[in-house]
Amino acid sequence: MFRLEVRTSTPAWFNLALPLLAIGATLILCSGLIALAGAGVLEAYGVMFTASLGDSYAITETMVRAAPMIFTGLAVAVAFRAKFWNIGAEGQLLAGAVASCFVGAIPMPGPLAMVLMALAGAAAGAAVALVPATLRVKFKVDDVVSSLLLNSVIYYALMALIEGPWKDSFSGYPISPPIEDSANFPVLLEGTRLHLGVVVALIAAPLIWFLIVRTTLGFRIRVTGENPEAARYGGIHVERVLISTALLSGALAGLAGVGEVGGVHFQVMSDISPGYGYSGIVVAMLARLNPLGVVPAAIFLAAVMTGAEAMSRATGVPAFLSDVIQGTALLAMLVALLFTAYRIRRVGAAR
Amino acid sequence: MSAVFEQIFQVGFLAAIIRIATPLAFATLGEMFSERAGVLNLGIEGIMLLSAMTGFTAASLSGSLWLGVLAAVLTGMLMGALHALFTVVLGLSQHVCGIGVTLFSSGLAYFLYRLIFGQQSVPPNIKGFQTLPIPVLSDIPVLGPAVFNQFALVYMAILAIPLAAFILYRTPWGLSVRMVGENPRAADSAGVSVIATRFQAVVLGGALMGLAGAFLSMAQFNAFTFGVVSGRGWVAIALVVFGRWDPWRSAGAALLFAFVDALQLRMQASGLGHIPYEAFLMLPFIFTIVAMAVMSRNAVAPSALLKPFRREER
Repeated sequence: MFRLEVRTSTPAWFNLALPLLAIGATLILCSGLIALAGAGVLEAYGVMFTASLGDSYAITETMVRAAPMIFTGLAVAVAFRAKFWNIGAEGQLLAGAVASCFVGAIPMPGPLAMVLMALAGAAAGAAVALVPATLRVKFKVDDVVSSLLLNSVIYYALMALIEGPWKDSFSGYPISPPIEDSANFPVLLEGTRLHLGVVVALIAAPLIWFLIVRTTLGFRIRVTGENPEAARYGGIHVERVLISTALLSGALAGLAGVGEVGGVHFQVMSDISPGYGYSGIVVAMLARLNPLGVVPAAIFLAAVMTGAEAMSRATGVPAFLSDVIQGTALLAMLVALLFTAYRIRRVGAAR
Repeated sequence: MSAVFEQIFQVGFLAAIIRIATPLAFATLGEMFSERAGVLNLGIEGIMLLSAMTGFTAASLSGSLWLGVLAAVLTGMLMGALHALFTVVLGLSQHVCGIGVTLFSSGLAYFLYRLIFGQQSVPPNIKGFQTLPIPVLSDIPVLGPAVFNQFALVYMAILAIPLAAFILYRTPWGLSVRMVGENPRAADSAGVSVIATRFQAVVLGGALMGLAGAFLSMAQFNAFTFGVVSGRGWVAIALVVFGRWDPWRSAGAALLFAFVDALQLRMQASGLGHIPYEAFLMLPFIFTIVAMAVMSRNAVAPSALLKPFRREER
């Protein structure tokens, strides 16, 4: 006989084992789709791997794609730690992109422009995230729905800009004017797209980890998320912590947008984010809300996205497989997390 | 202003409102059933997209539009069951699962569509539903041709509203749905199976979301494109809140949104006014967020929304 028991604690190796289990299950489940498309499963995954992580150029491309997801992943991880349900990273990213594009278009010395772009983007993202947090703290409005709905508001605001005042009057395309050349983030490796923003993302992860694990604010965020009653009893101003969390989370998501404008597109267009904000949720869950885990989780998703294009060209399997993998990975991870809540124990027969 | 006024009372304009409102009404009623049972379904956007795809594909391959509708409804029910399996049976967090279901379903829709139809410069289309005038009623001036000369799916949506209200407020099952959404503990004590009722409500909701998708790809656009849903699922989430989780009010909210949307399309086409059309598209979302803040004093949301039910936890 087997019995389901409630777990009181989880061993540390679970942090690594569960995401790997989820990813393994995902790849097995999605291999059915590859077979359906009439391609060899191992061949398809092989091409995917080589094209995304097989050589140094491929790795730089994957890293460029991982950067925005590191930021949105951190944004979601920080927010979820405090149980501030920020589903709005997508909108916060777009706000950050728009703000940094405004600043980047103003002529000024390059380094100054980059710093101001980052500040403006972070501020814009934080401002957007402040809305659902304030509504929750002041009016007890559900943050899941309000942060989700704000994504659409910000998206249409962006569309109004690029189809209105920002519209390219020469070509008629709905794209913003480009930022100043001097504001383009420096490329770190000649011949690649690896830009400064990628390094900033990689540095941000350990910094956020330090903040969450080692600082007072981080402690307050964690306690607020785990047990708001105890937090309040312990003298923590829970409402203020939620607001701070939202500002931090929104700023991080905003920085994702800054990197895309300053390092990849140099302007704003309607499809500047292929859903990086939602991918951030996948990344954060795979990372078990650990900021250090966000980096490998984001690289995994980025590799799948980068590799899918090459896989499609080589095997004819539609590149949309990467979208399926993303969704499946999130669902598989959620199921895997059940192992942290329950354990299966053999009972009866042994006694 | 009078020009705008004249526009409103044109038959074509009224008919456009009804057509825009139809998929929203289906989707909103679907989300409402799910939420009244205590389950937020953020999978709606993806479920509508996947249903639009399977419906279109089935209709296109079989040549039967109703077979397409059936495929879309079954797809909606299946994805609803998936969401219910995760959130109701396993008790996983509803919002994260919902995003997962949306990502998964949209990915699957794109993948399968590309696999079946390949990459074509002009997306394949079908001969979609044709208008079906209802005798006598369609002869009523203005209202007749606008409301009673529509697609069969429009009539279904119109009938779905009182039917949903009847089911929710006048049947034992509807009572169970409201109970498990408000106070699952009490419902459980009264012998109502919380898990089964919630599961059924989410699956019924999925069926309605499937109808919404079917309408988009088989009556409105007669093709499946990647932007066929383009946020209508999120609109439905907003409309449920705006309609205070009530079938009549939710349908009314859908109609109001459709009116604003149709007006926006007209103004765009006629070059009337200088307000960017995006401002109108934003309105339902902004209104809903404001409405949530205003309504928060008198809690109208199902009390157990977002809360998984585990019998052993007391």
